[in-house]
Order: sequence, then structure tokens, then C-alpha cells
Amino acid sequence: MNKTDALIIGAGPTGLFTAHQLKLIGLNCEVVDNLDKIGGQCIELYPDKPIYDIPAVPECTGEELTNNLINQLKPFDIKFHLNERVDELKKENENWIVKTNSGTIFQTPNVIIAGGVGSFEPRKFPVKECEKFENKSIFYSIKDKKTFEGKNITIFGGGDSALDWAVELSKNSKVNLVHRRDDFRGAQSTVDKVHQLAKDGKINLFTKYQMNSIKGNDQLESIDIKSDDKEIKTIKTDYVLGFFGLIMQLGPIANWGLNINKKTIEVDTEKFETNQKGIYAVGDICNYPGKLKLILSGFHEGALAARACFKLARPNEKYRFEFTTSSKTIKDRLGVKGD
Amino acid sequence: MFSHTCPIFLQHYIQLMAKITYITHDNQNHTIEVQNGLTVMEGAVQNDIPGIDADCGGGMACATCHVYVNDEWFDKISSKEDGEEDMLDMAFEPKKNSRLSCQIIVSDELDGLTVNIPSKQG
Repeated sequence: MNKTDALIIGAGPTGLFTAHQLKLIGLNCEVVDNLDKIGGQCIELYPDKPIYDIPAVPECTGEELTNNLINQLKPFDIKFHLNERVDELKKENENWIVKTNSGTIFQTPNVIIAGGVGSFEPRKFPVKECEKFENKSIFYSIKDKKTFEGKNITIFGGGDSALDWAVELSKNSKVNLVHRRDDFRGAQSTVDKVHQLAKDGKINLFTKYQMNSIKGNDQLESIDIKSDDKEIKTIKTDYVLGFFGLIMQLGPIANWGLNINKKTIEVDTEKFETNQKGIYAVGDICNYPGKLKLILSGFHEGALAARACFKLARPNEKYRFEFTTSSKTIKDRLGVKGD
Repeated sequence: MFSHTCPIFLQHYIQLMAKITYITHDNQNHTIEVQNGLTVMEGAVQNDIPGIDADCGGGMACATCHVYVNDEWFDKISSKEDGEEDMLDMAFEPKKNSRLSCQIIVSDELDGLTVNIPSKQG
């Protein structure tokens, strides 16, 4: 059991700066994120896109912003739990008991949800019957490529994941690659390699086709793919892999008894607390009159939520407001010399 | 002089709008007036049209404002920029007439535009 003063859900810009604010006022915290890296939407959706409305930063990319926020956390010791999604939240006396899908358990009086639009999950096939084969013969990521050795594999998608796996798996399996158009968006060198392998008969390429239906009872037997001109082809296949990128889903947050309105959580504007004591929501996921979905608003919300956490984490102490320019205590926490 | 400046002056009061019709998956028609210069996505979000999520807020980074554009309108809309087709690869049930509504900017020419919203955004 990990005991901490505050648990932050989401390692995007808002979560990172909230962690900074907590550490600055002397509270400890841990951060959980479902992605395999720090940065949230900034790193997953627009790492190279310039942002122009961060105060005092005329221009920076999503990746630069993330790196600067990570640098700002350097003086502090903060544990990140990546690749983990918070699934359960239960009240136990004065604390929240929080469980992730990997089995990590936290005990904390404060939970700050900085979850953006939810957690990033793989996009799935629109065909409903695919659900029943999911994680048996239909996969959206690969954990052990040995599973596919010597089998018939059908890969859907046109980006780097689809192409890289088509190339890799074609070494030991029969690979079909299906994509909705002729152009691929993956790296040109990989696209060239796929075309060469298709020419050599190592990959069967089906472009301008999409998944239409799926056949099989317990075991996947075949799939039908349909072209833009409504022509249908049947492919015998043991496994199907879909690589359509990630989408944000609210996920388990919806089950925690919070006031949710249009995928956002209602909070007050003093503590950014939800209808549950000790649970706060900051950044894009929170909602209140006048809410702006700006990174700068997330910073403000995190700063205030952090102060609210102090009361529950240190019930017998009084929080004292201090400036980083003048406070010796804060400078000690930052590891910088006072003047 | 006044008569010369008056029409320009008035433009600040008369906002130029175009009628856009959003048809949801369950065949509900929503016709609304959207201000010129806004995107078809913004028109939907600001008027609470269901079925357009626009998770990334219009950055062409998420494919959750996906719509189908009727044939008669498809060619009248400015063509896709680099990257839009890439994002449409990830959309839910993309078709030939798929567009990201954040990339369609409302103007007089689009008065009467009809778009169909898919059953899901992802």
C-alpha cells in the first residue's frame, strides 16, 4: 500500500504542474497515467505542434512544454506510475483507497483528477462482433509476437504501428495488410519496404478495403473486407490486429459517483473539489461557470486544488502562503540557496 | 461621408451567417445558423449538437469531429489539407465523403450545407 498526501491521476501539463505546487507547499504526491510516457495530450496528440498561449512563453511545442514541466519537477522526488489506469476508488474513514489495473493500491486523503478528456485507449473496429474475439484473436497491441508465429495474420491500419508490425510479422507468418486507401501515413522507408514485400509475395496488400464482418464461433475463422465499390473479399485468418491510434475515453472515472456533465466533472472554483470530499478535478476534465479549456487555466486550478489538499493531509497544521522569491522553506525544498 | 461608411459600420451588427444542417445518426435534423468564419465543428459544439466530440478542440489531432458530407456539397468545400486524410484513417467508419468538421470553415458559399454525423466518434 502506497501512502501519500495526494494522488494525481493524469501526467499531462496540468497534472505535472499540480505535482509541482503540492511539493512546493510541502506535501508529497504520486502520479498515475495510462500512457507509457509523461505529457498527456501534449505528447500523444500534438508533440510537434506549436502552442502560442502559455504565459511568458511566446511559442513552444507540446513536447517542449512537457520537457520544461518535467525539468521544473527535477528538485522533487515524485513517483510516476505509467501504463497504469486507476480503476477503483473507495472511501475508507478519512482516506481514499485507490486501485489501478495493475494492482497498485494507494491510500490518500486527496485524489486530484487531471485526466484531460479521459484515458487514452486503442480505437477499435466498428464491427460489433469483434468484441467477443478481443484479446483472444483480435488485438489492438502486441505483447508477445511469438503468439503469431506460423499463423495467418491480418493487420488493419496505415500508420507506423501497422506497417512496422506487417514487416516484422511477415518474417515468420503469413501477413495480410488491409488499409482504407492507397496512401500510407507511416515513414516512407517502411512504406517502401511493405511495397517490396508485397511484390515478393511476403505480404498480401489490400488497399481501399475496410473490415465488413467477422466469422467464427469460439475460434475466429475468417473475415470479410469490403472495398469502396462494395466488393467483398473473404480472408481466412487466425488473428486480426487493428492499429487505428488512440482515443480518449472517460473510462472508470464515470463510476466514482461524481457529478459528470458531458464528459466533464463539476467542481467549485475555490478548491476545485468535486461533490466528493477530497476528490478534486483540474484541467480539461473539470467544469464550472466560465471554464476555459486552456493549459493556463489548468495551472491555476492545480495551484488552488493543491492548497485545498493541505487541509486534509495536515489537519493539525495551518497553511501559510509564501512566495518562492522570498521563502526560505520553499527554497530549501527546491534545493536552491537563499540570498 | 456617413453614407459611405455606414455599410461597413453596420457589418459589425449584422453577423454573416450560413445555415448548416446536422443530421444525427438517428435521423434528427438540426438546422442552425453558424457565423461565417467559424468551423462546422464549432457550430455543432456551440449549439450542443450531439455526436460531435471534438476532443482535441479543432487541432486536427483526434478525428472525433468526423462527419459525412453529401455529394452535392463535397466538391464545394475546400479540399483536405495535409494530415486530414491521415487523421481520417483513425475515424470510426470512414467513407469516401468523410471530412473532419473542424476543417470546414463556414462561409456564404456553404449556406445550406448538410452534414451527417456518424453513429460514434470512436
